[in-house]
Amino acid sequence: MKLSKYLLSSALIATSLSLAPSAGAFCGFYVAKADTDLFNQSSKVALVRDGDRTVITMANDYIGDPTEFAMVIPVPTVIKKEQVHISDASLLDHLDAYTAPRLVEYFDDNPCERIMYEMAARSMSSVADEIVVTGAKRDKQLKVTVLESFSVGEYDIQILSAEESDGLQIWLEENGYKIPAGATKILGSYIKQDMKFFVAKVNLERKAKEGGEMLRPIAVAYESPKFMLPIRLGTVNANGTQDLFVYALTKDGKVETTNYRTHKIPSDKELPIFVKDEFGDFYKDMYKTSAEREGGHGVFMEYAWDMNWCDPCAADPLSNDQLRELGVFWLEDDSGKPGIMPRRRGPKSLAKDVFVTRLHVRYDAKSFPEDLKFKTTGDNTNFQGRYILRHAFEGEMNCPEAEDYITRVNKRKETEIKTLANLTGWSRGYIRDKIKAGEKGGFLIPVKDKPKTDWWNKIWPGDD
Amino acid sequence: MEGLAAFRHDPRHYQIIVLSSLVLIGVFYYAFQLPWWHVVGVMIGAQATQFIGDRAVGRRYDPRSPLISALSLTILLRTGSIWLSIAAAILAIGSKCLIRVKGKHIFNPANFGLVIISLLFTGAWISPGQWGAAPIFAIALAGMGGIVTGKAKRWDVSLAFLGFYAALVFGRAIWLGDPFAIPVHQLQSGALLIFTFFMISDPKTTPDARMARIIYAALVALIGFTIQFGFYNSAGIIMALILTAPIVPLFDKFIQGQRYSWPKFSLPKSKGVSHETVQIPAE
Repeated sequence: MKLSKYLLSSALIATSLSLAPSAGAFCGFYVAKADTDLFNQSSKVALVRDGDRTVITMANDYIGDPTEFAMVIPVPTVIKKEQVHISDASLLDHLDAYTAPRLVEYFDDNPCERIMYEMAARSMSSVADEIVVTGAKRDKQLKVTVLESFSVGEYDIQILSAEESDGLQIWLEENGYKIPAGATKILGSYIKQDMKFFVAKVNLERKAKEGGEMLRPIAVAYESPKFMLPIRLGTVNANGTQDLFVYALTKDGKVETTNYRTHKIPSDKELPIFVKDEFGDFYKDMYKTSAEREGGHGVFMEYAWDMNWCDPCAADPLSNDQLRELGVFWLEDDSGKPGIMPRRRGPKSLAKDVFVTRLHVRYDAKSFPEDLKFKTTGDNTNFQGRYILRHAFEGEMNCPEAEDYITRVNKRKETEIKTLANLTGWSRGYIRDKIKAGEKGGFLIPVKDKPKTDWWNKIWPGDD
Repeated sequence: MEGLAAFRHDPRHYQIIVLSSLVLIGVFYYAFQLPWWHVVGVMIGAQATQFIGDRAVGRRYDPRSPLISALSLTILLRTGSIWLSIAAAILAIGSKCLIRVKGKHIFNPANFGLVIISLLFTGAWISPGQWGAAPIFAIALAGMGGIVTGKAKRWDVSLAFLGFYAALVFGRAIWLGDPFAIPVHQLQSGALLIFTFFMISDPKTTPDARMARIIYAALVALIGFTIQFGFYNSAGIIMALILTAPIVPLFDKFIQGQRYSWPKFSLPKSKGVSHETVQIPAE
């Protein structure tokens, strides 16, 4: 099960990479293995917002029986058929890849002739899960009004308004939606706040026609001053914490939560070389440790960047067409223009007025009693979760500076161990063992401790 | 020793210490989006405006009140440009010098600068979620500490506001059938507590009479609550203060009370100077 999910995730990554054929050309090569299976029980949401206009795209990687799938989401306004769109999962994967925390490699050159090369790497993304309930028939008369009823793509969608939570709960249950115990009160709260309910099930016939393994993401466009994400229903019967990734796209700048503090994820940390092969584990444990320092939960900003460029790039910035598909309505149609925008290393031409913020939220009912409320700020300073590997020069060094260089490198490596232990909670002993076990990235041996080699040893190195 | 007594006597010194500590905690511990040069810009903007204002009316320049306004601005306002920060400071102190009724300024200076700049420019905003849950108790403690030690002269307006606001969010939760964890969470807002203990309590811009202040606090709470939950603006209470400030002169007209002025023997070196008493009190 674990394996199949992993394979599926890898397949998704492969798709998003093939969309970006130039990946790797500018920033070197990928050093960290993409592991999208890091955060179980997580959902991905793209949130496009300007003024009161919102376009929300919700992805799920539901792999079970499609008859079992259903979702119930409180929405601020009535949604008509034209406001709903079936999106493409690869778009969210691309957005996820573009905003993912990244590993960067630097190589020290021979200290006698110093030049630095920069290498970049992509890292990880996330897997999605949706609030999953169930579905089948319909009935009325419980003071529930079906305001809209339509089918889009493989989904049958209804927009409900209700007067009483009990009536709504019975209606949902009679229509085959499994509502967890304890949800009635929350439904009642949403009803009083004049929220409507967006309920969706999979239409098997249409699903068969559409084909494909996955359920595609649903995008909804609406206009409301409420800039929020309802998370309360999803916390009712969830075990432990859940992860939510929000990719907010705005004109002006960063998006932050107003009713919870938005933390910056630790960034620009230098780490031991072996992390290259364990970047996924590193990031998972670092996130966990950061969240634990806030009581096991929190809103963390992992990326905030102008969509025109990236440095280093984990994936290409999204093209105007892709952004429009995600609902960035203020962008002009560039279909007449050639190809996708090449990745750049600087904000040379600010063609797109799009700023992306990636928020990684870990929450449970106790620590996040209230729904997430957001605000767009005017802050457009760039931020990225970036981790650095500095390879020491390990070749032969024949100059007086070598001794000094080796001392500095070993000191640096000690600091890296401390940093890694502090960030992840891994023990220093474990880290030292890992460094020792690795082929590269170990401590350098000071020149004076090295066995002396005379010139004749080099002529016949194979001899004992 | 007399200097120390004078230092302790003026409630503004307590405020300056608490607000400076909050700025330092915000910058160094919570990594606020607040570059140090913005802090300096706000300080210089506020002091310069105060200096010019004081010179214009022939009053002795006193750096303490503009320092408090500048600190409040740096705690609550975030901008993408230092010019906006400076503009907010100039607006804040400028409003104090220019918008006056019967010798009393209308708007809380920091509140005025904050709201006007954030409404006019997308590059300036109020960040209510920037404080985590951890410093909440520290801020509450500092606020309550001020009340207990008598440093906060208008503690009645702080407590009345907090009481009314709490009643409203708890009332809303009861009406919605929400668990009390939600209103408790809503009250654990750093911005709310800073507003309560260090902004609405400004003795110069609250009504003179206690009864008027209690009614005024209820009004600010009600309007702030409505903006926050009815119009979905997270800076509701800060908006409410600027909206209600113009009616303070009406309160003073119909419910009369003792006008507040800062203690006059403020700076130790100026003790015993007779002309000090005839000066226009510092703002």
